Amino acid sequence: MTSSLRLRAGLVSIVLLAAFLGIWHLATRSTAPVTTMSPEYARLMGLTATQGKSAMPGPLDVGAKLWEHLRRPFYDNGPNDKGLGIQLAYSIARVGTGYLLAVLVAIPLGFLIGMSPLLSKALDPFIQVLKPISPLAWMPLALYTIKDSSISAIFVIFICSIWPMLLNTVFGVASVRKEWINVARTLEVGTLRRAFTVILPAAAPTILTGMRISIGIAWLVIVAAEMLVGGTGIGYFVWNEWNNLSITNVIIAILLIGIVGMLLDQILARFTRMVTFPE
Amino acid sequence: MTDKFISIEGIGKRYSGAGGAATTVFENLWLSMARGEFACVIGHSGCGKTTVLNILAGLDAPSEGAVIVDGQAISGTSLDRAVIFQSHALLPWRTVLGNVAYAVSSKWRSWDRAKVRAHAQEFIDLVGLTGSEHKRPSELSGGMKQRVGIARALSITPKMMLMDEPFSALDALTRGTLQDEVRRICLETGQTAFMITHDVDEAIYLADKIFLMTNGPGAVLAEVVENPLPRDRGRIDLHRHPLYYALRNHIVDFLVTRSKTFTTETPGHDPRNVPVVQIGKPGLTVAAASDEPRQTWMPGSSPGLSA
Repeated sequence: MTSSLRLRAGLVSIVLLAAFLGIWHLATRSTAPVTTMSPEYARLMGLTATQGKSAMPGPLDVGAKLWEHLRRPFYDNGPNDKGLGIQLAYSIARVGTGYLLAVLVAIPLGFLIGMSPLLSKALDPFIQVLKPISPLAWMPLALYTIKDSSISAIFVIFICSIWPMLLNTVFGVASVRKEWINVARTLEVGTLRRAFTVILPAAAPTILTGMRISIGIAWLVIVAAEMLVGGTGIGYFVWNEWNNLSITNVIIAILLIGIVGMLLDQILARFTRMVTFPE
Repeated sequence: MTDKFISIEGIGKRYSGAGGAATTVFENLWLSMARGEFACVIGHSGCGKTTVLNILAGLDAPSEGAVIVDGQAISGTSLDRAVIFQSHALLPWRTVLGNVAYAVSSKWRSWDRAKVRAHAQEFIDLVGLTGSEHKRPSELSGGMKQRVGIARALSITPKMMLMDEPFSALDALTRGTLQDEVRRICLETGQTAFMITHDVDEAIYLADKIFLMTNGPGAVLAEVVENPLPRDRGRIDLHRHPLYYALRNHIVDFLVTRSKTFTTETPGHDPRNVPVVQIGKPGLTVAAASDEPRQTWMPGSSPGLSA
């Protein structure tokens, strides 16, 4: 039953994809009337004006270009022409660094706040104010103080991924079942051992859920941040190709951003499953 | 009343309510238990039974008074007093063996893995869970979970066991088997046990001494009923004992009527000298629970034996 459902769902997915590609192909195939112009002028104009070709690339153009990129993912022809692999690697490295720094701060801090009702109440107004700030709003402040665009981007990732992890850790730690704590207390388990053997495993699913939300937000933000700071990364690539008027490359970048985001989410989902316990 | 292994001395518990008005759950509560004794507390919900148990366990602190165990006033929890929780409270991310081993390694920090495992296994075998060591709590039935809870409590070889309605969430058949097991284990190991229950038959089967508490707030320990049934009683012929119904009726009458009216009807009740009811003894002896022999008979508190 389950396998047949999966099979049918897969079939429907393929049909939907084929339909989408078909419509896309048909929609971009149409030709507009061609204006006659002098050959010199025509060389300055795009294919849309000279041959009436749609400005929006079709799926075949995108496919051909994607194949080109996939064959040479790591070429480097100078600052404005690097392989997609290199650009993605820059973005992933920035997200990874900012995110890991956020993990290192958010989880211990969340533990402390969650275990202390006083700290929890005292820090709550700050967290509530800081949490809804768009991470990009920090960018000018980061650029001014850090004076390095690449580190500023990492800071922006750090600041945007810290809140979901912090709040989930606080919540997870604060809502560990009283009876499990009481078990540890009757066994005279010390505070540190209790934190690692009872509170951490009990709160782990909630913490991992926060980490999963964070990685999603971090990947959303990196594209925008790299558009601002420039230089390298998939976000910069998108903006650079927009300036080059290469819609094909923009579409390819969009596709890859989606795939990498999905993979990051799947990795965290797997970790979450590993620490989840049935009750 | 010579051996007072556990002595609860004048404890009270108050909660500060809204507007500074304090709610007294109970106050000036005195009771004592001898080593190896099995005591059950019976009373309606809200009389503070669980609070008494939590204070005894060290999970809760009394607002006043003290608890003395084995000659020492307690402060906080101790590995000498194991608790079997009503909701079993197993750690769901650990296996059966892991849960018991956690307790064992908490008591004997220096033991190596193999020694901890062997010791834990011994107690898993004792409660009849051999073969289920590597299952997680979610794969176990309610009765099996509570067996793990019992194994965990016993594995640290405590001086006493505290049980808060350990079988109330189980079906009748499982409850019966587990009562047998607990009774067997307590008799074999000479455990001192303090159990809260709502089940009159459970108390009669298990307890040497039954503490009856009146309704809260302001609950008092009304009587200590000594169980007249022989120590080698069996579940099957329990109800055939000539004193069984006298005992049962006495407790049920208390729960149904006297628990509400006891405080008003017995103004001279001295919480330090709670009457001891010995059913079946001629003349219904009422002795002082306290070892202070200044009062042995209190006319005002004579409990009417209905059977």
